[in-house]
Amino acid sequence: MAAPETSTAAVPTLYTNNTLRNAFGGVLSFFILLLIGVMAFSIRLFSVIKYESVIHEFDPYFNYRVTQFLAKNGIYEFWNWFDDRTWYPLGRVIGGTVYPGLTLTAGTIWWLLNSLNIPLSVETVCVFTAPIFSAFASWATFLLTKEVKGTGAGLTAAALLAMVPSYISRSVAGSYDNEAVAIFALIFTFYLYIKTLNTGSLFYATLNSIAYFYMVCSWGGYTFIINLIPMHVLLCIVTGRFSSRLYIAYAPLVVLGTLLAALVPVVGFNAVMTSEHFASFLVFIILHVVAFVYYIKGILSPKMFKVAVTLVVSVGLAVCCAVIAVLIALVASSPTKGWSGRSLSLLDPTYASKYIPIIASVSEHQPPTWPSYFMDINVLAFLVPAGIIACFSPLSDSSSFVVLYIATSVYFSGVMVRLMLVFAPAACITSGIALSQSFDVFTRSIKFQLPGISSNTEVDAAETSSATAEAQNDAVKTEKSEETSKNRPSKKSKKKEKEEKPSTKAKAEKRLLALPLDSSVISLLLLILLGAFYVVHCVWAAAEAYSAPSIVLTSRSHDGLHVFDDFREAYGWLRHNTDVDDKVASWWDYGYQTTAMANRTVIVDNNTWNNTHIATVGTAMSSPEKAAWEIFHSLDVKYVLVVFGGLVGYPSDDINKFLWMVRIGGGVFPHIKEPDYLRDGQYRIDSQATPTMLNCLMYKLSYYRFVETDGKGFDRVRQTEIGKKHFKLTHFEEVFTTHHWMVRIYKLKPPKNRIRGKTKKSKSKTSSTSSRGKRSGSGKKNPWQ
Amino acid sequence: MGRASSKEDVGALFRSLRSAYAATTLNLKIIDLYVGFAIFTALIQVVYMVMVGSFPFNSFLSGVLSCVGTAVLAVCLRIQVNKENKEFKDLPPERAFADFVLCNLVLHLVMINFLG
Repeated sequence: MAAPETSTAAVPTLYTNNTLRNAFGGVLSFFILLLIGVMAFSIRLFSVIKYESVIHEFDPYFNYRVTQFLAKNGIYEFWNWFDDRTWYPLGRVIGGTVYPGLTLTAGTIWWLLNSLNIPLSVETVCVFTAPIFSAFASWATFLLTKEVKGTGAGLTAAALLAMVPSYISRSVAGSYDNEAVAIFALIFTFYLYIKTLNTGSLFYATLNSIAYFYMVCSWGGYTFIINLIPMHVLLCIVTGRFSSRLYIAYAPLVVLGTLLAALVPVVGFNAVMTSEHFASFLVFIILHVVAFVYYIKGILSPKMFKVAVTLVVSVGLAVCCAVIAVLIALVASSPTKGWSGRSLSLLDPTYASKYIPIIASVSEHQPPTWPSYFMDINVLAFLVPAGIIACFSPLSDSSSFVVLYIATSVYFSGVMVRLMLVFAPAACITSGIALSQSFDVFTRSIKFQLPGISSNTEVDAAETSSATAEAQNDAVKTEKSEETSKNRPSKKSKKKEKEEKPSTKAKAEKRLLALPLDSSVISLLLLILLGAFYVVHCVWAAAEAYSAPSIVLTSRSHDGLHVFDDFREAYGWLRHNTDVDDKVASWWDYGYQTTAMANRTVIVDNNTWNNTHIATVGTAMSSPEKAAWEIFHSLDVKYVLVVFGGLVGYPSDDINKFLWMVRIGGGVFPHIKEPDYLRDGQYRIDSQATPTMLNCLMYKLSYYRFVETDGKGFDRVRQTEIGKKHFKLTHFEEVFTTHHWMVRIYKLKPPKNRIRGKTKKSKSKTSSTSSRGKRSGSGKKNPWQ
Repeated sequence: MGRASSKEDVGALFRSLRSAYAATTLNLKIIDLYVGFAIFTALIQVVYMVMVGSFPFNSFLSGVLSCVGTAVLAVCLRIQVNKENKEFKDLPPERAFADFVLCNLVLHLVMINFLG
């Protein structure tokens, strides 16, 4: 940005004025960026202020536990860690199945701070990692948008990203999840790619590959990058924008990036063998072919080039077809055509609901509703189309990349709610461009129509010329000094003419007409009002909607604030009242929290990598007591944990999730049939419920002794009275129920030493059991009583 | 008639290619030779893999990718050093070479880590 300005050496007074103005602008933008970073950090602190500095949700607890292990045992132990406290009896290879970026980042920060004698605990570092990296992400957005459209657009986009609710929802203080660092890595990688594309410097290409490596370490969404960049390269080739800078930007990234991606154990050989990466190799080959063609075209005469083309086309076509046929045969031979389940469900949104019920059951994987767009990006939804148009005038390599980015991310955000997060930076970039351009137009119109400015027309005209020349420079997108050297004589001539005829020359240079003064002023005020609405909405969303740590719940009633801390109460009870080696069975949602807070071995957890194991637990929850006891006993389970919201009206309890347990269990064990649990297609738990439903373990464990609370057994979530009110548990005993009955823990009864009744039926001649047999044969069939 | 003239055309094509290429400067030809050597080494590794099997797949991958990587980086260097390339007119060739060396260092560091 400094280069074009230092070229204005024509007139000394203008020169010093301009450099002074530029210096002032530079300092101002530095302080604005600092304030944007502080705002991004502070807007995410609502939950720490309203509740406490605690880790939220489910997945962050797993990351927290892994970070604790890393902090305690060091990196080599972490890299080779086999965890035997989850997925009992299978265990889990943590080193090979986790994306290490987040844990290594937090671990490094903790180690750095501790070596500087600032004794922060691991939990504090984990809680505040996300806000710090969101500040970095907004600075990265500034850099990216500056490369596309200039500093003004950059600052606007950074301010928008610091506050956008979609990003806040996944990076609030306490939400210690992969996306906290991954979004920063995503934007930073894109920035370095655009920078390499604009400058053609191999140094930035190296940095780009290293940033891509950080992204691969952090999140499974890195496949978005490695498919978007080849798409953009292909777009540039097809629209005739091939240049050697494109080659330098793309080719080293593919080679170095593939090698770096293969280094991460989670990805491993998938970097060269799965279909998610094939696009990059294909475009790599196409790029080389195109580069070769351009080279040959450069060194041959046109007639010879025609001959070369016919020769190559006739020979090469046959070879090409053979190679492509082999590739297609290889890919088609695998049933999923080489794509992983999650990627397939992105491309075909109905795939997961048909074939993989676990992916379909996660609430984050559902398509978003229209209101969620407005909630998550608010005002930006109006500004994005304006930004896309602004990218087209003029179209450069980097603005075509922004258009492609936003088009693809809009599609993917429409498939899965969780991917609104990838859409948010694109929306902020385009909206920043739109806002900044419109501010430009309006303020310029006002400046040229305000009376009283005519005394300074010289300075202002020169400033306009430098501004428009700067806009032209930004639009052309090259920072090569040859461009500026071309502009130097034109700018000098412009300035000289300016001094003679200020107003007419300035007006003729502006490519935009001046709008009428009153409409400019009103439009400016309306734009500021739009920004104010956005800010108000973002702060409200951050404070009310996205700051709830789901581990602690609150509600307001006429007698004040109620705090429901039942989850931690239950995990604390487990931690202090059970043996270290006891196994706890629950639905997979609570696995991470149980291992992290209660420190007990669990059967299934949120990683959901083994569908059959989860189906086993689901089947056990859907079976009658004896069958469930058999299943749990075979897994060495000692305690079963159930979440029940009927007393307080907590809607995300296990009874509401029960149908998913039935579906997943029924997917593997065919004797569990979903229609058995539904009465006329409706899911009920009242007196009209089916007998299978009323006898299954989940019903019994949730509603055991529930009728003692209010005498009628009224379930506040389902808004009915329960069907079976008075029953005893034969194979389980209740050991703990939390204060608001939200978590209930049961213990498996040990098997009896002697079995009465069964042997009597099979060996009727045994005299020692004859008397007992007479007593127990009187109608009691259950050997456990 | 088509055959004969096309054969002549092909001959003329190769001659013009050769003469045009001979006109390039010496340092560019050296870089081209290096690129050819790297590609040739990669091809030998692929042929070996086809014959012997790909068991330590990471070794194969790192070997082939390092050859392809240095070839690509040398092509980038050639682009930046080429005097006829107007886009890089004021990039000093020493800077281009320094970038080339740095990128190669990173590539080989990663490759040796992955070699196993």
